[in-house]
Amino acid sequence: MYDIESFCEATSVEDAIAKLQDQTDAEIISGGSDVLIKIREGKLAGVRLVSIHNIQSLKGVSMEDDGTIVIGPGTSFSHITANTLIQKHLPMLGYAVDQVGGPQIRNIGTIGGNVCNGVTSADSASSLFAYNAVLELKGPEGIRRVPIAEFYTGPGRTVRRHEEILTAIRIGRKDYEGYGGHYIKYGKRNAMEIATLGCACLVKLTSDKKSVEEMRIAYGVAAPTPVRCRKTEEMVCGRIVNEELFEKVGKAVLLEVNPRSSWRASREFRLQLVEELAKRAMSQAVINAGGEIDA
Amino acid sequence: MGIGKNIKRVDAWAKVTGQAKYTQDYMDDRMLVAKVVHSTIANGLVTGFDLEEALKVPGVVKIVTCFDVPDIDFCTPGHPWSVEAAHQDIRDRRLLNRRVRYYGDDVAAVIAENEIAANRAVRLIKVHYEEYPPLVDVADAMAEGAPVMHENVPDNILKHTSFALGEMSFDEALKEDGLLYLDKTYDTQRVQHCHIELPVSYAYQDGNGKITVTTSTQIPHIVRRVIGQALGIPWGQVRVIKPYIGGGFGNKQDVLYEPLNAFLCMQVGGRPVRLELTREETFANTRVRHAIRFHMQAAVRPDGTLVARRVQAYSNQGGYASHGHAIVANASNMIKQLYRDEKALESESFTVYTSTVAAGAMRGYGIPQGDFASECLIDDLAGLIGMDPLEFRLKNCMEDGYKDPHNGITFHSYGLKKCIQAGREAIGWDEKRKVYARQTGSKRRGIGMAIFCYKTGVYPISLETASCRMVLNQDGSVQLMMGATEIGQGADTVFTQMASEVLGITEDRIYIVSTQDTDVTPFDTGAYASRQTYVSGKAVRQTAEMLKDKILEYAAWMLKLDQKNLSIRDNMIIDPEGEDLLTMEALATEALYSLERSVHISAESTSHCKENTFASGACFAEVEVDMPLGKVEVLNIVNVHDSGILINPKLAEAQVHGGMSMGLGYGLSEVLMYDEKGKPLNNNLLDYKLPTAMDTPELEVQFVELQDPTGPFGNKALGEPPAIPVAPALRNAVLQATGVAFDELPMEPQRMVAAFKTAGLI
Repeated sequence: MYDIESFCEATSVEDAIAKLQDQTDAEIISGGSDVLIKIREGKLAGVRLVSIHNIQSLKGVSMEDDGTIVIGPGTSFSHITANTLIQKHLPMLGYAVDQVGGPQIRNIGTIGGNVCNGVTSADSASSLFAYNAVLELKGPEGIRRVPIAEFYTGPGRTVRRHEEILTAIRIGRKDYEGYGGHYIKYGKRNAMEIATLGCACLVKLTSDKKSVEEMRIAYGVAAPTPVRCRKTEEMVCGRIVNEELFEKVGKAVLLEVNPRSSWRASREFRLQLVEELAKRAMSQAVINAGGEIDA
Repeated sequence: MGIGKNIKRVDAWAKVTGQAKYTQDYMDDRMLVAKVVHSTIANGLVTGFDLEEALKVPGVVKIVTCFDVPDIDFCTPGHPWSVEAAHQDIRDRRLLNRRVRYYGDDVAAVIAENEIAANRAVRLIKVHYEEYPPLVDVADAMAEGAPVMHENVPDNILKHTSFALGEMSFDEALKEDGLLYLDKTYDTQRVQHCHIELPVSYAYQDGNGKITVTTSTQIPHIVRRVIGQALGIPWGQVRVIKPYIGGGFGNKQDVLYEPLNAFLCMQVGGRPVRLELTREETFANTRVRHAIRFHMQAAVRPDGTLVARRVQAYSNQGGYASHGHAIVANASNMIKQLYRDEKALESESFTVYTSTVAAGAMRGYGIPQGDFASECLIDDLAGLIGMDPLEFRLKNCMEDGYKDPHNGITFHSYGLKKCIQAGREAIGWDEKRKVYARQTGSKRRGIGMAIFCYKTGVYPISLETASCRMVLNQDGSVQLMMGATEIGQGADTVFTQMASEVLGITEDRIYIVSTQDTDVTPFDTGAYASRQTYVSGKAVRQTAEMLKDKILEYAAWMLKLDQKNLSIRDNMIIDPEGEDLLTMEALATEALYSLERSVHISAESTSHCKENTFASGACFAEVEVDMPLGKVEVLNIVNVHDSGILINPKLAEAQVHGGMSMGLGYGLSEVLMYDEKGKPLNNNLLDYKLPTAMDTPELEVQFVELQDPTGPFGNKALGEPPAIPVAPALRNAVLQATGVAFDELPMEPQRMVAAFKTAGLI
């Protein structure tokens, strides 16, 4: 039995915005896989809910004429993984969200909820960082577009205002075309897990497949918010792909992360993972980009 | 028909289709809801409550606090009651406790019209405390000047026992020239049973004053007694009903919240009150496996002879005694039994109160802890003298006919070495130990093993008694009623097979009554100690023989033949040549409706078991260790069990699968953590790393089937043993792979990475 004070079903994005304006203490519920847990724990007991669960315009994945892929935030993880556009153009994202919890959670949990929770451990976050996703927010004053790197402001905090709805996650053609990618979720078990560390790496190789043209690497749980390691990315540009390079990347990323110690995992352990996962994620990303590892 | 066959579980259809009823299925929304208020300190005294705000919550019916309960201390473990005061369980808790002895202790309870109102009230209750320092570890509790947890135990040591074997002391044995000596400490952790169905019960009082409690328990007759004791009311006034239950693993071999539930129902005039725990409460407030620290010293001769051992075991009891010292005593006994020390064995065991959740019974009852220490030590000793650990075991382990020098338990059907041999072949021990002996790189493989022994039931340490009732129906089918309980392990099915075997009546014509109702069910102490197929099986055999005799006596009268020449096969009365003479249906109809001689044929008997025997076995594991990530992948794992004749081989295999899964979690991932203030950190299934199906390798199971002369059908213990040897086998495999000896469970990634760094491997 859930302690819910009231529940409003929004019929459209505009309706949802209006309802949130009416109820300044209301929470948005979409899939419910996080909100219901907080209600059960008592953290949100007696909550007012505005549901965006049945707003069809928030669901699905499409491609615009310029090749931009638009992901509806209300799309469930399992629908993202199964989507043909995602499989063709953003396979790393499809794989990453397939690592969330278990099948039941992936059938109800949505990518928009995953992002708007603002947690650093979200499995979609590091991939969206690597893909340079842009988040479209709609509020009473209209629409604004925020690069994902500017979206997170701290643990559980984002720039989304109370009456704003995330209406689209946009990824431009230049940010995915020609890249091979790999996401590694490190958890202590193989399912029903929150990441101890998540690492997403995209690599674009030169035409001879020998060197790095561009590389992006992003982490979840390596800092209070998801992070990109831009200095490492710059350092790698133009370098020949080999084991030595992966070793250098493993060391370089350590200077750009700031994991914390908790009873779940120590800073020292997370740093070990940051280094090791960088090497393994980049190595696999190179293979996925059509390269070979010169051992 | 009969034993040794893979007949389908008698409850399979009902369970698979969801029609089997569990406690929660009998509840309805008209029942009042009770929620417990738990302390937010680990050690201290409740000085008062602010209840006003909570009482204002609409729907709240009554709030009961620790100041409102009877001044009765009671005990909770599912042991047979001892008629000797000196051997009775320790009475050290109340229905609600003013003296707080762990974080989450029960200090008050809210009764409300619904769960939301109850939860809202719980959140609004303010509790005032006088706080004492928390005692999280045994060392804290044994330290000079530590606060006293229970007034009558001033040093916090609930019990201390010791024994010695051999012709000389350990120190004298060490004087021999040329011995190699080892001094190690092995630590086992606090884990939880994680049965799927949470503890749940409901209680009401009828017009005659009888209090009926329906509950998810392994031990209905013991729950009845403890409710009577805790409330200070006659035991007969209490009726306990046990429907199907979703697992217990020993947690429900304790009386948990049933007495409080009965008490709360009486506080509201006997109205039905339900009390369901959450998963978080189940972790923090029921029972756990004892964390035990073993300090082991040992001396070995270079030829591989185990010369002497000294064991000191420190068991973390938590705030209340529950099963208490029986657990670590069991561990210490098994360490003694499993190997021969040529000259000396000294053993000392302590059970110590701390301000953490009470530890109780959990599958294996101390033996998984003892086996970890024993089997780590054996591999470490073998390493010390450069001997193959399997050969070292063969040279020193318990032998055929072993008899415990203290309690006389004897190994009647010895399959231990056969298990070792079977596992050796299954895992490819001899080849792989060589292949994996020298490796480089960051991923390395190894194989390891562990053996164990386990007694069957609790005789002669405690009473073993079991009862059975059989009633012949009008159509020649049989009603089978057991005091022993089905808790998911398949007891109902194997009892049905046993009855069929003796009676000659097919299983489809035997209806076992799965539910125990203490007002009508024959007496049995319940499901624990891997005892039921052995102890309660004897009651089935004895009662079936009585019923068969009565059936044949009636058949002889009907047929005008000599009873000695009659038998039953496939629901037919037959003659010595196997010719069918009469159907059971015709016989039963005649027996009930005969105008000449009407008899209601039934049988009931108690089997007082005064026998015991050892089961044994081994686990062999092959692992790959990814050192930079601290991960262990189990490539192959096989358990081989010496559990006598199997009543139902498929069910036996399933039993082993479950135990191995439990052992994998114990070895690699599970630990219930506390912070320095004594607050549980990970009391939920996200942060407590119970392995999932995705973490579980193929589980291989083999049996060495030997006829045990003491078992009712040649059988002996199997329920608990599968969980015992897995963790040490994994540890020893990781040791072979990496050379790093993990002496503390679980071998989880962070600890492994730290150890590999220390060892310079990464």
